[in-house]
Amino acid sequence: MTLPTDRSDVAADTVRGGPRRRRVRAQVRGVPLPLLVPALIGLAFLVLPLIALLVRAPWRSLPELLTSAEVWQALRLSLVCATAATAVTLVVGVPLAWLLARVEFPGRGLLRALVTLPLVLPPVVGGVALLMALGRNGIVGKSLDSWFGVTLPFTTAGVVVAEAFVAMPFLVISVEGTLRAADPRYEEAAATLGASRFTAFRRVTLPLIAPGIAAGAVLAWARALGEFGATITFAGNFPGRTQTMPLAVYLALQSDPEAAIALSLVLLAVSVAVLAGLRDRWMTAG
Amino acid sequence: MTRTARRTGRPMQVAALGVTALLALSSCSSSDDSSSTKSDSSASASAKLSGTVTVFAAASLKESFTTLGKEFEKAHPGTKVTFSFGGSDSLAASITGGAPADVFASASPKTMAIVTDAGDASGTPATFVHNQLEIATLPGNPDKISSLKDLTRSSLKVVLCDKTVPCGAAAQKALDAGKLKLTPVSYEQDVKAALTKVELKEADAAVVYKTDVHAAGDKVEGVEFPESADAINDYPIVQLKDAQNTEAAKAFIALVRSAEGQKVLTEAGFLQP
Repeated sequence: MTLPTDRSDVAADTVRGGPRRRRVRAQVRGVPLPLLVPALIGLAFLVLPLIALLVRAPWRSLPELLTSAEVWQALRLSLVCATAATAVTLVVGVPLAWLLARVEFPGRGLLRALVTLPLVLPPVVGGVALLMALGRNGIVGKSLDSWFGVTLPFTTAGVVVAEAFVAMPFLVISVEGTLRAADPRYEEAAATLGASRFTAFRRVTLPLIAPGIAAGAVLAWARALGEFGATITFAGNFPGRTQTMPLAVYLALQSDPEAAIALSLVLLAVSVAVLAGLRDRWMTAG
Repeated sequence: MTRTARRTGRPMQVAALGVTALLALSSCSSSDDSSSTKSDSSASASAKLSGTVTVFAAASLKESFTTLGKEFEKAHPGTKVTFSFGGSDSLAASITGGAPADVFASASPKTMAIVTDAGDASGTPATFVHNQLEIATLPGNPDKISSLKDLTRSSLKVVLCDKTVPCGAAAQKALDAGKLKLTPVSYEQDVKAALTKVELKEADAAVVYKTDVHAAGDKVEGVEFPESADAINDYPIVQLKDAQNTEAAKAFIALVRSAEGQKVLTEAGFLQP
C-alpha cells in the first residue's frame, strides 16, 4: 500500500528528468550535513522494508513455492492485465493529456484536478466508485447488462478497467508535462505549411513527445501491476480470471506467510527490473 | 514550461499531506483527552475498572460486540472498549506480530491456534458461540434459491469466501458434505466482502454466516440449508498475555460469556455453545 506514494515520487522525478541528477552528482562532496542526514533517513525508510523482505525470504523453499501453477497463473494474469490496461490508458490518455495541455477552455484546472484524483484516492474507493458506475447495478453498468448482456465485475476485463482507472493519471501527468515542455511553434509551423491540427499532432507532436509517452506508459504499467484495492473490490478474486499477483499475495498472507513473501519477491523483482531497465532508456530523455 | 505543471501539482500534494497530518493529530489528541479525563473521573467514582480495553474480534462479531462494548462501558463508567474488527487470520497475524490487544475473539479454533501456538494467549481459549452458514440472496429471492444445490446452477453468480478464511473453509466443508461442486465468480477476502457483493446486487448469492444475513437486514434474504449443520464454526475468546488492562479484559470476557452477553449474541443469530 506504500507503493503508490513511492511511485508518485518517481513520477515527479521523471518530469524533472536527467539534468538535475547530473548536477547533484557534481556537487555531492559539498552536501551540508543538515540535508544529508534526513536524506539518508528518508532513503533508509524507503529501502529498509524491501531489504527486510529479502532477509526474511524463505530462500530454501523458494523454488518450490514459485513453481506452483497458481503462481504462474497469477503472474501471467498480472502481466497481461497490466499491459492491456496500459494500452487502454495510451489510447485515451494521450489525447486527454493533449486536450489539457494544448486547448484553452473554461474549467480546465478543475478537469486536471479530476484527472489526477485517482492518484490520491484510496484504491478501494476507486473500486467502489467503479462498482457504482460499471457494476451490474451501476448507473452505466445496468444498461451494459440489459442491452449487451455485458457485466464487468468478476471478469478479466473488469481487472483491466480497475487497473486502467488507477494507472491513467500517471500517463496523463507525464504526457501533459512533456507536451507543455515541447515548443508549440513546431505545430504552428506545420499548420502554416497546410497540415490539419490532427496531422500536425500525428506527424509532429507525437514523435516530439514520444519519450514522455514512454515514461508515462512505464509508470502506468508499473502502477497497474501493483494494483490491489480497486481490483479486489471491483473485479473480485478468482484464480486464473481475476486473481492477480497482489491479490494472491494478500490471500496467501492469511494462511501461508512464507508463500506471501515469496510472491512479493516475484512482484518486486518484476517491478524493479522494468523500472530500472526502462528508466535510462526512456525516462531521462524527457 | 514544465514548471507550470509542477506548480499545479505541488500545492495539491502539500494540501493533501497537511490535511492527513491534521486529521491524524486531531484524532490522536481527542482520543487521548477523552481517555485521560475518563480514567481520572473513574478513579474517584469506582476504584476497580478503568482505562481502555482493546478487543480484536472477527469481522462477523462486529454488530454484537459493538453492542456489548457499549453495555460494558455503561456498566463500568470510566472504561472504554476499542475494537479492531477484521478477518480472524489477519488479526491473529497482527497479534503475533506484537499488536497491542487485550482480548482476542476469533471465528475459528484454527486461527485461535495461531495465537496460542505463538504463546501470546494467557490461559486457554473458551468457546463462547457457534455460527452457522446461510445462503444470502437478493431481497425477495428472485432466483428461487432453496438449497445449496441450487447455487451450482451455471446461470447464477455466486461468491464464496476464500478458502484461507474461516467462512470459506466452512463453505467448502458444507459443499463437501453435500457432495456438491460449485464454481463461484469470486473468492472474497472476508465474509463481509462476500455479503457486500450481494447487497450491491453484483452477485446473486453468497454463502455467509447466519449472523451476517441477520445484520444486513432487508438488503439480503437468508436461505437456510441442511448441509450447514456439518460446518458449524466455534468462536473462541481469550485474554492475551501482553494485555495492558488485564482486569478489564477479564471483565469483558466474563460479560461475553454471561447470560446477558449470550442474549445479545443469540439475538444477532449466533448459536449458544
